[in-house]
Amino acid sequence: MALLTCTDLSLGYEGRIIVQGLCFEVNSGDYLSIVGENGSGKSTLMRTVLGLQPPLSGKIETRDGLKLTEIGYLPQQTAVQKDFPASVTEVVMSGFCGRAGLRPFYNAAEKAEAASNLEKLGISNLAKRCYRELSGGQQQRVLLARALCATKKMILLDEPVSGLDPLVTNEMYEIIKDLNTHSEITVIMVSHDIDAAVKYSSHILHVGRDCFFGTRDEYLGSDRFALFGKGGSDNG
Amino acid sequence: MAELFERITEYLSYPFVIYALIVGALVALCSSLLGVTLVLKRFSFIGDGLSHVAFGAMAVASVLNIKNEMPVVLAFTIISAILLLRTGQRARTKGDASVAMISVGALALGYLILNIFSSSGNLSGDVCTTLFGSTSILTLTDTEVWLSCILALLVVGIFVFFYNKIFSVTFDETFARATGTKAGIYNLIIATVVAVVIVLAMNLVGSLLISALIVFPALSAARVFKSFKAVTVCSVILSVSCALAGMLTSILTGWPVGSTIVAVDIVFYGIFTIAGFMGRLSAK
Ligand SMILES: Nc1ncnc2c1ncn2[C@@H]1O[C@H](COP(=O)(O)OP(=O)(O)OP(=O)(O)O)[C@@H](O)[C@H]1O
Ligand SMILES: [Mg+2]
Repeated sequence: MALLTCTDLSLGYEGRIIVQGLCFEVNSGDYLSIVGENGSGKSTLMRTVLGLQPPLSGKIETRDGLKLTEIGYLPQQTAVQKDFPASVTEVVMSGFCGRAGLRPFYNAAEKAEAASNLEKLGISNLAKRCYRELSGGQQQRVLLARALCATKKMILLDEPVSGLDPLVTNEMYEIIKDLNTHSEITVIMVSHDIDAAVKYSSHILHVGRDCFFGTRDEYLGSDRFALFGKGGSDNG
Repeated sequence: MAELFERITEYLSYPFVIYALIVGALVALCSSLLGVTLVLKRFSFIGDGLSHVAFGAMAVASVLNIKNEMPVVLAFTIISAILLLRTGQRARTKGDASVAMISVGALALGYLILNIFSSSGNLSGDVCTTLFGSTSILTLTDTEVWLSCILALLVVGIFVFFYNKIFSVTFDETFARATGTKAGIYNLIIATVVAVVIVLAMNLVGSLLISALIVFPALSAARVFKSFKAVTVCSVILSVSCALAGMLTSILTGWPVGSTIVAVDIVFYGIFTIAGFMGRLSAK
């Protein structure tokens, strides 16, 4: 059975439907890219899967064993407080908050894991820095490290490369791919970068008026790609 | 100078002065603990609203001639805190308006009730005391001292136990919720603790000045320090020192204690702002 199965899902806010008839499933080890135009409901889908808002109708099933506390999340826009005094280590450690349950303090194993996640993302040197004083790209990596601390199984990324320069963007994609192949973390990623989506992912979900879900190769052969994919790469 | 020192030691030999200092230090400690969280979660307006609610409750309690008004006021304020949090969450934008309504409403009704029903000969004096704190806190009863100590211990205990959760929920509530932290419960805990702190602090600085006690030390510390832990520790130390300095000054000069403490807080806010600015300059 799949790690995550969504059947006939309708999404929206306060009764207003934004997407309907969404069906897809994610298996352990998949790399699913979610593409679609601005405002088509990609972020809404993420939030619904995470249980931050209820679906209007339809079902979201997770295989028993995958709990909310085992999913990592990198939001599109972090509602992080601008003036919050927090060190990078503190931010990354907060990824364990859900997993720790009622235990008041983080243990040594978690501290070591946080350090190794910083290492993995190449930002160990930032550990003591103040989060609000980092550049956008550095902040993005810190938040990815935090998301990694929250999971060993599945990570949801909402436009993880927005605002990053081309070099760092590529690095970020490689890091995510590496997590997927080597750390065996299932990846669900929202992206506007069709080329990268096609290059890295195993499955693609196109959210829009009529949705598409299938493997990468099926997507390449579909007329959806002919329209959206070409248009997207012309602009970018 | 020596004379001043002598006077201080003389005052310190009275137990009621010691009690006042202990309670004052505890109140300062508790109120500063949650400062960062409140300021950043935009909860400081709830703190402000609650202090007015506490004033209204105090007015009702004193008219009803309730001997030990603290538990009544406490219960009333906690309930209001929870209600305010609820309305604030359901409609983000309307949150401020409802807080304003409740707080100003409680203030007006409280004063009205006092005016109509109070038998006290010195009404404006009483009101002034509730709003700006007693002219001296040297009149605390034994029960008040004990209750303050217990509540303060409770607040510190809750804060330490939930420290990491409070950090997580304050820093990024969406992420905390998404990864399985029950943010609603922690918001509730925060609101309850704020209510307790406000009732505690009312004796010391009065309901109008409580926000200052909560906000200033945290903002000062955040000017200089860069991690949550450092800011929290610094604001606690700062708040307690300012409170002690303010209280001693007030005892020696006869100035109103609440305003004196807040004045010291303001001075240190200035110093920390300059220090933070210098620090950033020298870092460049
Ligand atoms: N909190 C909200 N309340 C009501 N409507 C909302 C809310 N958030 C988003 N919407 C609407 O839902 C639709 C989908 O928004 P969503 O953020 O999911 O789009 P998206 O696919 O992530 O777009 P983008 O590519 O720009 O990130 C939009 O039309 C938006 O106006
Ligand atoms: Mg989006």
